[in-house]
Amino acid sequence: MSDLIKKSAAELGSLISQGQVSSREVTQAHLDQIAATDPTINAFLFIDNEGALAQADLADRTKGEGKSPLHGVPLALKDVLTQKGVPTTCGSKILEGWRPPYDSTVVTRLKDSGVIILGKTNMDEFAMGSSTENSAFGPTRNPWDTERIPGGSGGGSAAALAAFQAPLAIGTDTGGSIRQPAAVTGTVGVKPTYGGVSRYGLVAFSSSLDQAGPCARTVLDTALLHQVIAGYDPKDATSINAAVPDVVAAAQRSDVKGMKIGVVKELSGDGYEKGVADRFAESLAILESQGAEIIEVSCPNFKYALGAYYLIAPSEASSNLARFDAMRYGLRVGDDGSRSAEEVMSLTRAAGFGAEVKRRIILGTYALSAGYYEAFYGSAQKVRTLITRDFAAAYQKVDVLVSPTTPTVAFKIGAKSDDPVSMYLSDVATIPVNLAGVASMSLPAGLSEGLPVGFQIIAPAMKDDRLYQVGGALERELHRQWNGPLTHQIPELQVR
Amino acid sequence: MALSYEEVVAKYEPSLGLEVHVELNTETKMFCGCATTFGAAPNTQTCPVCLGMPGALPFVNEKAIESTIRIGLALNCAITPISRFARKNYFYPDMPKNFQISQYDEPICTNGYLDVDVETDEGLQTFRIEIERVHMEEDTGKSLHVGGATGRIHGAEYSLLDYNRAGIPLVEIVTKVVSGTGKYAPEVAKAYVKELRDILRALGVSDVKMEQGSLRCDANVSLAPIGSGKLGTRSETKNVNSLRSVERAVRGEMIRHAGLLEKGERVIQETRHFQEDSGTTRSGRSKEQAEDYRYFPEPDLTPVAPDAGWIEKLRSQLPEKPSMRRARLQTLWQVPDKEMAAMVNAGAVDLVEETVALGADPTKARGWWLGEISRLANEAEVELININISPKDVARIVELITAGELTDKLARQVVAAVIAGEGDPDTVISTKGIKVVSDESALIAAIERAIAEQPETADKVRNGHLPAAGALIGAVMKETKGQADAARVRELLLGLLGQA
Repeated sequence: MSDLIKKSAAELGSLISQGQVSSREVTQAHLDQIAATDPTINAFLFIDNEGALAQADLADRTKGEGKSPLHGVPLALKDVLTQKGVPTTCGSKILEGWRPPYDSTVVTRLKDSGVIILGKTNMDEFAMGSSTENSAFGPTRNPWDTERIPGGSGGGSAAALAAFQAPLAIGTDTGGSIRQPAAVTGTVGVKPTYGGVSRYGLVAFSSSLDQAGPCARTVLDTALLHQVIAGYDPKDATSINAAVPDVVAAAQRSDVKGMKIGVVKELSGDGYEKGVADRFAESLAILESQGAEIIEVSCPNFKYALGAYYLIAPSEASSNLARFDAMRYGLRVGDDGSRSAEEVMSLTRAAGFGAEVKRRIILGTYALSAGYYEAFYGSAQKVRTLITRDFAAAYQKVDVLVSPTTPTVAFKIGAKSDDPVSMYLSDVATIPVNLAGVASMSLPAGLSEGLPVGFQIIAPAMKDDRLYQVGGALERELHRQWNGPLTHQIPELQVR
Repeated sequence: MALSYEEVVAKYEPSLGLEVHVELNTETKMFCGCATTFGAAPNTQTCPVCLGMPGALPFVNEKAIESTIRIGLALNCAITPISRFARKNYFYPDMPKNFQISQYDEPICTNGYLDVDVETDEGLQTFRIEIERVHMEEDTGKSLHVGGATGRIHGAEYSLLDYNRAGIPLVEIVTKVVSGTGKYAPEVAKAYVKELRDILRALGVSDVKMEQGSLRCDANVSLAPIGSGKLGTRSETKNVNSLRSVERAVRGEMIRHAGLLEKGERVIQETRHFQEDSGTTRSGRSKEQAEDYRYFPEPDLTPVAPDAGWIEKLRSQLPEKPSMRRARLQTLWQVPDKEMAAMVNAGAVDLVEETVALGADPTKARGWWLGEISRLANEAEVELININISPKDVARIVELITAGELTDKLARQVVAAVIAGEGDPDTVISTKGIKVVSDESALIAAIERAIAEQPETADKVRNGHLPAAGALIGAVMKETKGQADAARVRELLLGLLGQA
């Protein structure tokens, strides 16, 4: 194993800019690691060997003064974002053969910053799931224990980081799909403020909740990537036209003295494993010792969040996924010349979508139906307003809110496959954030029975810098205790 | 037994509801930067957004919002301070996303009206058509069904899809129920669409070409027994592609509904398609079971919140209302009521005004547009506005006549040639060699020949019987193939015969 792959993105960027190593060497080292480990991990759906090396050569030719600190550094891209000419499946058979004719804005910004895209990572089909088991292309395995799930939907991106296949990754988070995988793989993931990162080219699951964000193994790396991808985009009408908070400076400053940190009462107690609660309490103690004031706050409407989410997200999904109809791209089933377009649409959708996607399309179609709309979608939107008010009230008292990211550590593959509601509960602490459109980070808080536990920080909208300020401070002390990032404690992978 | 129209309206009261779709003439589409040119090669004016590619997002064309607000203001509507786009969900191959971005319960303009004048037995009567709403949406693509006998989807071998039209901004203008028109329902419907078309044209927001589909009308018609105070079951007729068809469709549906009701049958609530050739409608899909479009607010777009100052600015810049303009021009040009009505009916007001603006005398301009050019338009079965001669051409022809370079007869030849696509008037005149004969020696020779051929007639003139000159002049004109100036021929002839 090359020692290059254990380095942080910040270090790699610095070595490349100083000419101590080429982007090609760094990229090749990661491609080698993918080749060695991915038959076991299955983090990637598409490995762009040629494309990545071509980008690396370009980066080597164009490096110089004033370039991005991530110039030449490789990255793993969740397969829900378009990259021109590169297969994009969203973990679904229905997009078979589709190569998008355009770059998502996130990809454009990555390319403009000289970041190398290694390939597309595995995910729950259309980002619907919390374990990556809903991928049509087989589950991704957690590098901490390959019998366990890496979280979801962005399990591929998180596993790629934990398996040292890439120092950076892009995820998307609709109800926790960046933060929950980060928590269970011992990595860092940020769901930026809704509208902070352009959704143009992010294949929509639930438009009002989806948000792309940065993932890495350290808080600073995450901030560097955040800085690259964030910012106003006129192609996304919901994108916020305001300056991006200086997340990199916040990660470097990382001082919590005098900050008020609110512990959400409703995101604790029953259902939270003891090991999870213990690591959370220890992290709080660190922040307190660093000068933060810890205050308990109540967000009484959070208990309705899961219910509201499972009405809003499937409703929007039922409409967003209607376009997959075999007419213009992707899979086409049953087109034998005798069948009508409607029959081909129906056969294609029956064959192309997996069970969880179908479940949610049916749920959403029902919730939007005449006569049910007010009771379901309408009520859910009201809950959303109440949750947003809970956050607003809490931020009157505190600067950030914190909770465990997930109630449990990574569970075993197959353990919850037959029980969707139990699976949905994995996201109970992350979902309120998406409903309110605020910003949130998960970073490692330690291990419970050898498996990572995540610590969640939640900041007000457009105050993403506070995530890095608090996360950076906590991480500094934890890294001191662990003698480096938590991922350095991952057991040697038993490569198949 | 079928009732005549007179019998239908003696027994039943019609109610109308008119939905007009207008394609805006913005340079780019409603939610992307694609061009909107009509008639481009299939699928050449598309992009990831209007093809509904995964991941692509819509962004609003501000010009389309502006046009819609101007339409609303011109129709006396209230402009909603915060309106929203909504998704209308249904599957159809020519709709790239399988939902249409439209507006639902929060349209941008509401509660307006439009007054239209209709000629009745008691003279000109004004009907107020109340407008329920004006909202924005995107157009769909087009399906072309190939093979099979009818060109319809049923029985076709395969279908082709063209998404050039997908995403073109559409404005839908919906009336409230129009009642109290009695037997004038068909005329009121036509007058409404026509007045609306004139307003939209004056606003410059659309090409308003019904035959190209840039203005489309769906006519809802229902009948109830007079005095019942109820509304009957309605049918919705689509595919009404001309003003005349609006009138025919409404009349035809009234007669069809009455026929069913007389037989004790019920009218089925359904979509029907107007058949241009027969003037009747045929059944489309039944709407008995209301389709569930699962509307919900479009999460990819933010609400439309036009600035109040901007709205007032747009209001202050509205063009003159067509009805006011007509009254003004009528006074200016000193046209009698009946002729003004004829000009309005023929759609000639704009054309005459433009021609006059280019220097032509109003009476002459009107004469050409309502006379020879209207006759040729009728022959060719096109609307006057679409005939291939411009106000500029007509103004030039009038100018040439006034200058004595064309006779009326020659001018008619020039008009026909311009319409036939042979070029502008000057080009036609030079290529065809059309000119008033002004070489007087040739003309005198022709007159002398005429005198020699008709000596007795010439003598009558010499003896002071001037009306006899007509036969000689006619002969000269015939010989010169009409190119001579008849007035000059007369002068020369009388001179030669000692009667000058």
